[in-house]
Amino acid sequence: MTLDVAIFFISAIVAVFGATMMITVRNPVASVLYLLVSFAAQAVLFIQLGALFLGVVLIIVYVGAILVLFLFVVMLLNLRGGEDLGQPSRPMSRFSKYLIGALLLVELVFVIRGSAGGTDQTVTGMMGPVVETFGSVQDVGMLLFTTYLYPFELTGVLLLVAIVGAVVIAKRETEREAAQKKQLVEERGHSSEEKVS
Amino acid sequence: MTEYLAVLIFIFAGVGIVLVTFLISRLLRPDHDYPEKSLNYECAEEPVGTSWVRFNNRFYIFALIFVVFDVEAVFLFPWAVAFGQLGLYALVEMVLFIAILMFGLFYAWKKGVLKWA
Amino acid sequence: MIDEAVASIDLNLIAPELTLLITACVILLFSFARSMQRGASAVGFAGLVVALVLSANQWGHQASGFFGMVTCDNYGAMFKIIFCVASLLALLLAVRYFSQRGLNRPEFYALLLISTLGMMVMANTSDLVVMFLGLEIMSVPLYVMAGYVRRSLESNEAGIKYFLMGAFASGFLLMGIAFVFGASGTTDLRRLVTDFNFIVSNFDLFLSLGGALVLIGFAFKVAAVPFHAWVPDVYQGAPTPVTAFFSVGPKAAGFAVLFRIFTFGFGDLEVLTNLFWILAVLTMTVGNVLALRQDNIKRMLAYSSIAHAGYVLVALAVGTQGAVSAAIFYLVAYMMFNTGAFAVLTMLETRAGSKSNFSELAGLAKANPYLSAVLALFMFALSGFPPTVGFFGKFYLFASAVNNGFIWLAIIGVMNSFLSVYYYLRVVKVSYFDSPEGAWTPVPFSTAIIVVLFVTAIGTLGLGFFPGELLKLSQTSLIAFL
Repeated sequence: MTLDVAIFFISAIVAVFGATMMITVRNPVASVLYLLVSFAAQAVLFIQLGALFLGVVLIIVYVGAILVLFLFVVMLLNLRGGEDLGQPSRPMSRFSKYLIGALLLVELVFVIRGSAGGTDQTVTGMMGPVVETFGSVQDVGMLLFTTYLYPFELTGVLLLVAIVGAVVIAKRETEREAAQKKQLVEERGHSSEEKVS
Repeated sequence: MTEYLAVLIFIFAGVGIVLVTFLISRLLRPDHDYPEKSLNYECAEEPVGTSWVRFNNRFYIFALIFVVFDVEAVFLFPWAVAFGQLGLYALVEMVLFIAILMFGLFYAWKKGVLKWA
Repeated sequence: MIDEAVASIDLNLIAPELTLLITACVILLFSFARSMQRGASAVGFAGLVVALVLSANQWGHQASGFFGMVTCDNYGAMFKIIFCVASLLALLLAVRYFSQRGLNRPEFYALLLISTLGMMVMANTSDLVVMFLGLEIMSVPLYVMAGYVRRSLESNEAGIKYFLMGAFASGFLLMGIAFVFGASGTTDLRRLVTDFNFIVSNFDLFLSLGGALVLIGFAFKVAAVPFHAWVPDVYQGAPTPVTAFFSVGPKAAGFAVLFRIFTFGFGDLEVLTNLFWILAVLTMTVGNVLALRQDNIKRMLAYSSIAHAGYVLVALAVGTQGAVSAAIFYLVAYMMFNTGAFAVLTMLETRAGSKSNFSELAGLAKANPYLSAVLALFMFALSGFPPTVGFFGKFYLFASAVNNGFIWLAIIGVMNSFLSVYYYLRVVKVSYFDSPEGAWTPVPFSTAIIVVLFVTAIGTLGLGFFPGELLKLSQTSLIAFL
């Protein structure tokens, strides 16, 4: 067993462990931190594949920014982990849960057999051999600003609409707006609130 | 192999330093345990309630805008590296991209979500 | 390299999208000044009209640009026109609905326009990555629009549910795209077809898995059974004009992409045909059966929209050009009478405390004979009576199924249509024959909604009298596909 394989298995196991713990622990903050563990391990996997840039991005964006956002949301909702998460699931939904799990397992076995057994190894030659600079920052940059120019600019639009949407949802009404609305509602005799939350 | 060696040394050094400092503090500190010591520290006052409080939802927008500009920074990195080959063409692209995002920031700013009043 | 890059940038190809983006930004600028806010809807309207004209201009042009990431063809232009019209109608409904509730903020129109932009991006490409980005640009504003009435618990619930399900579906889709890319080395459907003729020669497991996951992702968006569970709550909870838009725009966008991927990209795969057969039957049957027992009209229309998605899925099972053109015809027709039905609901909801329950319709015919007449027209069209366009839509779809040997599918479809007559005509029955419980609250007059009613009613009847023109148009849209 070479060192490469050993590192792959260690980080793969850590990644799966983190993901499993993330969905099983009750405390949401611990859940987010386990997700961090999983991401860090995945970053190692990316780097092992030669996708240096992606590994770094995973750390910077996901671990550095998105998990912070997750933590804020957890704190915003003020979940403590001790909450009653509803009634135990009904037999029917429990059954379908296991059914879907079993189906996915069968599928997984299928995929692994397909890739290892090699009856239909039809992986194409379209990609060509992996070049030396594959995954390097420069390579990513060249691709991003030529071939993927249009998707790149679309990402900008997506981020813009994310900001606008968040502001629309999260911004409190100013007092003036609230007063204006109240006046409008009184004038028309129409309630804008069906149920006040 | 040698690259991994560097990483391994790094990991061991990182873990080691933490362990060593813990060990040293364990050896040096006086060890008298009483319940008040394990309370949350609130300026030496008796803590009121738990340390888990509900955050203001303004934090959320700040965090979100931070994520957006974090993504932008990540895109700037390959752009800067590829800039030598692409030149003006890449500059125009990046200016467009940043302009779109800046508009979002401008919008949030004008809407007053960045104000903490 | 750079010359090649510059050469492949052709702004004409994305002119409608650019128009919408710029208009949306202008609307957001409007939101800063209190005095300008009223103009936002007008600017949005103008922007949509310009985008509509530019889209129509792209008809007949066959071009590809941005390194193959943008593909202009008649098919894309056709769908862009559908999106623009759906968006225009929803905008007109929203003006009245929101201004009455003190919520007529410019942001709503900006979100509507950006959502429409996302749909256009989806229809205008043959690349899976761009399709995904388009889907996200379409969906993110939709989540916000569903939860737009922040003081209403139902609206919040709709937003959250739609967001969670949408994010879940995006995960499937992304995983599927990753599998397709891993198996073939490309995300471009054209290259998948030309360079990689996998269908005949080799049935690749990863590629099929990827295709299946992509299908699941989009099945969520078009609300095919068993991926429909979010629909009733979201449709009922969202503001009515938004629901009108939901049931037409994103659905058409989802189908635009599904046809491109599965009819022309992945081609004639036996497994897929069977899969779509089952999906179509399940979707229309479950939708119709569950619609039977609803007391809320919005909820009933939500289930009915599931059923109609099932009819369109028939075209995916059949998978011929004729079937796809029938499906496009159906989508246009559905946009007309479904938006019309929601316009009537919006009109009724201008009364205080209206929640669109069936019982609120009682006495409508006596008080507002015209309104109840158009409502009846839309219900007849939804259930597929001639001479409305609803009949021809179903006729072309089922005829294409029969012509290609899918006789059972057509029979199940027709039986489903008969089933649906019951609940659609219940609306007509309540509005004409039931007497109201209390005093009838008069329905206020609203020009914008009247315009929508007029357009949709003309469309429903006019296209019913001259269905050939639209059919010819939707057939032409498939020339030189991909």
